[in-house]
Amino acid sequence: MRKAVIIGAGMTPVGEHWKLGLRDLAVEALFNAMEDAGVDKVDSLYVGNMLSGSFVEQENLGALIADWAGLGNIPAVKVEAACASGGAAVQEGVKAVLSGLEDVVAVVGVEKMTDGWPSDATRYLAYAADAEWELFHGASFVALNALVMRYYMKTYGYTEEDLALFSVNAHANGAKNPYAMFKRPIKVDTVLNSPYVADPIKLFDASPVCDGAASVIITTPEKARELGVPKERWVEIAGMGRAIDTINLANREDLLTLRAARIAAEKAYKMAGVGPEDIDFFEIHDAFTIMAALSLEAIGVAKKGEGAKLAKEGQIAIDAGYPIQTMGGLKARGHPVGATGLYQTVEAVLQLRGEAPSQVPDAEVGLTQNIGGTGSNITVNIFRRV
Amino acid sequence: MARPMQVARYWRHFSEKYRLIGGKCENGHVHFPKRPVCPVCGSKNIEEVQLSGKGKVISWTIVRNPPSGFEYYKPYPLALVELEEGPIVLAQLTDVEPDEIDFGMEVEVVTRKLREFEEDGIILYGYKFRPPVE
Ligand SMILES: [Zn+2]
Repeated sequence: MRKAVIIGAGMTPVGEHWKLGLRDLAVEALFNAMEDAGVDKVDSLYVGNMLSGSFVEQENLGALIADWAGLGNIPAVKVEAACASGGAAVQEGVKAVLSGLEDVVAVVGVEKMTDGWPSDATRYLAYAADAEWELFHGASFVALNALVMRYYMKTYGYTEEDLALFSVNAHANGAKNPYAMFKRPIKVDTVLNSPYVADPIKLFDASPVCDGAASVIITTPEKARELGVPKERWVEIAGMGRAIDTINLANREDLLTLRAARIAAEKAYKMAGVGPEDIDFFEIHDAFTIMAALSLEAIGVAKKGEGAKLAKEGQIAIDAGYPIQTMGGLKARGHPVGATGLYQTVEAVLQLRGEAPSQVPDAEVGLTQNIGGTGSNITVNIFRRV
Repeated sequence: MARPMQVARYWRHFSEKYRLIGGKCENGHVHFPKRPVCPVCGSKNIEEVQLSGKGKVISWTIVRNPPSGFEYYKPYPLALVELEEGPIVLAQLTDVEPDEIDFGMEVEVVTRKLREFEEDGIILYGYKFRPPVE
């Protein structure tokens, strides 16, 4: 079977880009990745994006971005899987390379969220839930996660303070990332004193509405050699998995198990031939602190009910046993929804090349996990230094 | 945003949203809303079932930053209610103060206005849950 390696990675800072539109952000990230790889053309483009139609009235992003970037008459499409659109787009790019149909593939994730009203953003994000049975009743996305968080705290006896530790860790790491939206460390009290958005989720339990784009170039080892990209700059996509769960949270068999994440992780571990104990760093989907806890459990790092315990025991810091969110996570780096999976991928590449601003020493294998919906559509990717 | 032309979109769910009709497969698995395939056993032999509308709160939140269209009602409580027949339903709670809500609180279904659209728009009704009234 063919192998797929990332030979170029690029991104824009995450933030409120009032002067840049969706296409500007996407093209900037794409050009950064192409320059990093040393390529000036690609065989195809996959665009990870969730809500361009709602936020900026623009669909057909394949044509828009390939056209604007001057990539010629290549095949180009948008990949949508809610907030997991980026992780899914990377997988579609990898599949194209592994199938042998395409040799050099560009993947870009982009989201432009700050051109509209905040309450509209809240509405659009809820489109990832079940429109007829969740949004119909006024459920915001934060509210759905809040229902899970309260139930988790009650079931396992955690406090709001315990879950705040995930935010504190994310901000500590994000402070060193020049591309992060928030570059200041915070304390537990910062989280606890922030206003409730949907109790018990507070402002600092949640990731921000923001803009950003990130991109990678994927090819085969043979082609990478032909292109003259030095081997130490290759990062192998060693494993990937993807699964869905009920879109409606109320229909979940167990509210506290991210079953889609568990299945996706099992597939990815099997394909890569590794287990959770072999992973040097984890970029998980901490759109809300509760999702960080449940994700650690689903990907096999913590036992059920003990995800938040890892944070309490100080095991999630850069220099601890299970470093997570090494560049700030969704919480501090920012969560431009459809772009997040690409930011996670670019960060994994930087860690494995030894170029991360807060480097995990001798990182060889890293895992990214990207959640769409309230756990309804999840991708897990495993990356390895070549 | 929904326009009056979308009346059919809401009308087609009247039986579920006004009467709490769910689905029951040949093996007795009850779900809400009714689905084409039973999520437990995979059966496609599913009939309609009238749910009692009695249940218990298993988790809740107070929505303070609602999606557009619901601003007028904020803050409002939203809960997961486990019905006595088994299925869990997401709905707003009504006729209750936020600090009265608790795990296991008994509730019953009522029909209430969910929201209305601008001037000549339609008004959406549906189920909410409240503490039982004798
Ligand atoms: Zn059944």
